[in-house]
Amino acid sequence: MRTTVSWGALPVLTLCVLLGPVAAGLWGTLLPAFGHLPAAGQTGPTLAPFADLLAWPGLARSVWLSVFTGLTATALSLGITILIVAGWWGTRPFVWVQRALSPLLSVPHAAAALGLAFLIAPSGWIGRAVSPALTGWDRPPDWLIINDPLGLSLIAGLVAKEVPFLLLMTLAALGQADPTRSLRVAQALGYGKVTGWIRCVLPRVYAQIRLPVFVVLVFGMSVVDVALILGPSTPPTLSVQIVRWMNDPDLARRLTAAAAALLQLGLVAGALGLWCAGERLAAWIGVRAIARGGRGRGERALRGVGLSMGLVGAAAVLGGLAGLIVWSFAGFWGFPDALPDGFTLRNWSRQAMALKGAAADTALIALAAVTLAIVLVVGCLEAEHRRGRTLTQRGLVLLYLPLLVPQTAFLPGIQTLLLSAGAQTGAGPVILAHLVFVLPYVFLSLADPWRAWDARHGRVAAALGAGPGRVLWRVRLPMLLRPVLTALAVGIAVSVGQYLPTLLIGGGRIATLTTEAVALASGGDRRAIGVFAVAQTGAALVPFAAALAIPALVWRNRRGLHG
Amino acid sequence: MKSLFALAAVALATAPALADADPADWAAVEAAARGQTVFWNAWGGSTATNDFIAWAGGRVAMDFGVTVQHLKLTDTAEAVTRVLSERQAGVDEGGAVDMIWINGPNFAAMKEAGLLFGPFAESLPNWQFVDVDGKTVQSDFTVPTEGFEAPWAMAQVVFMHDTDDLPQRLGSMAAIRDWAVANPGRFTYPQPPDFLGVTFLKQALIDITGDAGALQAPVSDATYDAVVDPLWAFLDTLTPALWRDGRAYPANGPAQLQLIADNEIDLAISFSPGEASAAIANAQLPPSVRTFVLDAGTLGNASFVAIPYNSSAKEGAMVLANFLMSPEAQLRAQDPEILGYGTVLDMEALPATARDAFAALDLGVATLSPAELGQVLPEPHPSWMVRVADDWMLRYGTGQ
Amino acid sequence: MADGLILHEVAIARDDTPLIALDRTVGPGDVLTVMGPSGVGKSTLLAAITGTLPPGFSLSGKIWLDGHDITRAPPHRRRVGILFQDDLLFPHMSVAQNLGFGLRPGGTARDRTRLIDLGLMDIGLEGFGDRDPATLSGGQKARVALMRMLLSDPCALLLDEAFSGLDAALRIQMRALVFDRARARRLPVLMVTHDEEDAQAAGGAVIRLG
Repeated sequence: MRTTVSWGALPVLTLCVLLGPVAAGLWGTLLPAFGHLPAAGQTGPTLAPFADLLAWPGLARSVWLSVFTGLTATALSLGITILIVAGWWGTRPFVWVQRALSPLLSVPHAAAALGLAFLIAPSGWIGRAVSPALTGWDRPPDWLIINDPLGLSLIAGLVAKEVPFLLLMTLAALGQADPTRSLRVAQALGYGKVTGWIRCVLPRVYAQIRLPVFVVLVFGMSVVDVALILGPSTPPTLSVQIVRWMNDPDLARRLTAAAAALLQLGLVAGALGLWCAGERLAAWIGVRAIARGGRGRGERALRGVGLSMGLVGAAAVLGGLAGLIVWSFAGFWGFPDALPDGFTLRNWSRQAMALKGAAADTALIALAAVTLAIVLVVGCLEAEHRRGRTLTQRGLVLLYLPLLVPQTAFLPGIQTLLLSAGAQTGAGPVILAHLVFVLPYVFLSLADPWRAWDARHGRVAAALGAGPGRVLWRVRLPMLLRPVLTALAVGIAVSVGQYLPTLLIGGGRIATLTTEAVALASGGDRRAIGVFAVAQTGAALVPFAAALAIPALVWRNRRGLHG
Repeated sequence: MKSLFALAAVALATAPALADADPADWAAVEAAARGQTVFWNAWGGSTATNDFIAWAGGRVAMDFGVTVQHLKLTDTAEAVTRVLSERQAGVDEGGAVDMIWINGPNFAAMKEAGLLFGPFAESLPNWQFVDVDGKTVQSDFTVPTEGFEAPWAMAQVVFMHDTDDLPQRLGSMAAIRDWAVANPGRFTYPQPPDFLGVTFLKQALIDITGDAGALQAPVSDATYDAVVDPLWAFLDTLTPALWRDGRAYPANGPAQLQLIADNEIDLAISFSPGEASAAIANAQLPPSVRTFVLDAGTLGNASFVAIPYNSSAKEGAMVLANFLMSPEAQLRAQDPEILGYGTVLDMEALPATARDAFAALDLGVATLSPAELGQVLPEPHPSWMVRVADDWMLRYGTGQ
Repeated sequence: MADGLILHEVAIARDDTPLIALDRTVGPGDVLTVMGPSGVGKSTLLAAITGTLPPGFSLSGKIWLDGHDITRAPPHRRRVGILFQDDLLFPHMSVAQNLGFGLRPGGTARDRTRLIDLGLMDIGLEGFGDRDPATLSGGQKARVALMRMLLSDPCALLLDEAFSGLDAALRIQMRALVFDRARARRLPVLMVTHDEEDAQAAGGAVIRLG
């Protein structure tokens, strides 16, 4: 019984790690928002910060931008995901889709945004490729594509990265929804593939992917690095403005930032509410459509749209990455040349020192955060197994909570609290901050394979005299080597791609590949950006390659584990 | 300006003490500096400058055993905020910032709030070489430095132009406006409150206004409109002719280099006479780029480094600041292949070998000689630009 | 206390509804067959004896094995062996490592290797020690599973439809093998099955549930 109690402590500890910082950060934001910041000599409560916020002339537009880009990006991503799965589930191209998911997912958001920025700018790669042959341009047109005022390029950047994520979540949900038989029935009843899928399978599947969709919505509304690179600047989205205010030497701006952070929280809650209302509306329309019994039209067009949108998105990410790689080796590259004048290793050697330092910090933080995460996750899953209790729906929501609260709403609060407590900034707090975001993804990645393990192996091992510890270390973990390594790779990729936690909590002393890449983005030196973006992507991809290679190597003589 | 009162109150409450490091005893400073790590907070948007900082770090590590960590900032205000927050939180020792590349309003704010260590600059050994008379190294935007910051580079505003599309020089702001209107979308400037963007507004203001003398005194409501209205008229005509119709701006100075290389614009402002040559040497700009100054002269000022009062490596920072003023470092910084910054040193005060080295330096194909750089105009009082920048953002930027 | 497996007024309930009740003794070397339709709780009975009852099930009564009360003992200390329908050989271990997994701690590496080799000879798979279990045939895997169980020196043997996954010829062989070994070591055997031939081959008492 004593072991059960101590194992039961692990889920509690994990919850504390997840929710403690969020709660503390929100508290650290709430106080200044109402004018209470003793460190600056301000005591509240007062509504002055909110008055200052309302006095900012760009507020209405910024708010509209955040909400519009977030909702549109999420709706588009979800639509494309549904069309891809509905149209192509079970077909041969779908296998390629599945294979492409991991690499696409591991490209960090900042690198994808930087690559896309180079691709679609008027002087970008696409423009260079078609000029002057097709367009007759010898100088790029004066079109406002990147940083456009409607946020369309921001939406494009978000969609390109969110479709693979939602696809992955949908595929995981499909594993439990038994779509093949339902589809067969629907098709036998005369429904086209897409319509049949949407009407029969989607309702079941959507319930499972609801939380990830919410995560996508919150992320889209509160992202900072992608908005800095692709979003408008006059005015920027609300999150970018909050970070700007946090860095302003005028301390009154900190209070305004806190007030804006609360506003951001409210906007996110409102957008989630709007989305739920949209779900109801869609359900109502769907029920009506089902009752009418139409068999669906435009099947081929829908399938075509889905796949082509998916391909365009993948091409955008991969093409952008290719562009960055070329820039990192480029000599002088003017418009409208499709390729640089010459290739050189100079850019890499110039950045070598900075690259080494940033890479070392990135690796340290990622490995530390991921190690803590995997210990907690395996502990929680094993505790689940030993106590016979699985994660409830409410528990799942708690797991997602750090991802559902905008980073700009609670990270500044943690920064203020750390400062007031006189805590030394450094790697430690940054690792803990990363842990908060890495843990949910590691859990989600490992949970299904963990639970799908045949527990009879455990019973047999126990019958052979192996205690629970021996079963865990000698039987379960070795058999789950590939899922564990994949979960580690996911965790590392998440940590490598984090921008705001490193920037705010690190007190400026920690430079990771991502913070460096975004800092360089404003300088426009595409060579340096290319070097750092490529390094950042490599740091996220190498663990995935290892997760494929290591089990293949270790179990090369064990056919039973090749599947 | 509630915050300024708050800063002043804090400053009176806890005055910084020149406790430990006394720069007069240089041997002791060097001894104490050995083994220290200096976190130098400096703008990191220019690869060339980052390289130079890395080189300087390597040299002081080799000669003095001081490790330098370059913390790249997007905006110097970030470092000021950090020190301010630490003061508010009572962190009076062992702060996160050891040295800041700073000048202008940021320096003024920190000095007034008592956030700086010093005075130290004039006690550094290499101060003897600094051109105190010929260059504005003791006054920073009309605020006396009083030794609280050490100079390391001279800057002067020049305009870079791509001679393939804009072969001639433009002699005044009015000429620039006329050219931009005739060639829409081929000129832009960084978005204020970026430092270089505000510099463009400043340069335009000085060139256009009828009353330049008023700019040397603090701004007042009585004079503001009269002096600044011509600037708004100028911008009203110019903005629709800018790149992207003035709906978007490059984020900072170096971003303009990429725009010129991409053939998106033909004209851009720069605060470093040697930047264009350095960029051409680095394959960042096409070789057809040249620079010019305005007929009436252009702004110039010095870049400084300052040490926060709560730095944990004051001796190391002083050693680094001293090294930056050394002939070796100044020569390297002036080399257009490396950085292309102006020097703060007085050629006459240097030993003969150093003087010859400077004379032999090839300033670069796009750099104007000191004679061609012409008249250096002094910086206006900082209070003017704070208001002008705010008004610009209301009228054209809806930024902060 | 007597030897063998004693189920003393064992009653299993699921969420307070009674499922199975049994009060029997299985002597050393004897086989007790439990038969019944699916869902009646046969596998649950075995789970109760191995100590791996799922949550929501409760057990009342006592279970004794060779004089020890194992009702509340943890699963790895009960010395109760179990064979399932699937061989469940650990896929990441070789045949020899599988066999050695259940060996009691102690003894030198050479002693353990010798025991494993003897076990392999006993089931006619000499030299198969380094093989990957996935490369064995169904009958070979079943034999390895049995020997693995026997090498852990159990005091009782549970069979959960252990022969259902084999074809007819193999089934006869395996039954003979299992019952011979059990009898030789005087192990009480509790077999759950729905195949009448299994019950007949066992030759012991038969209980029909449900």
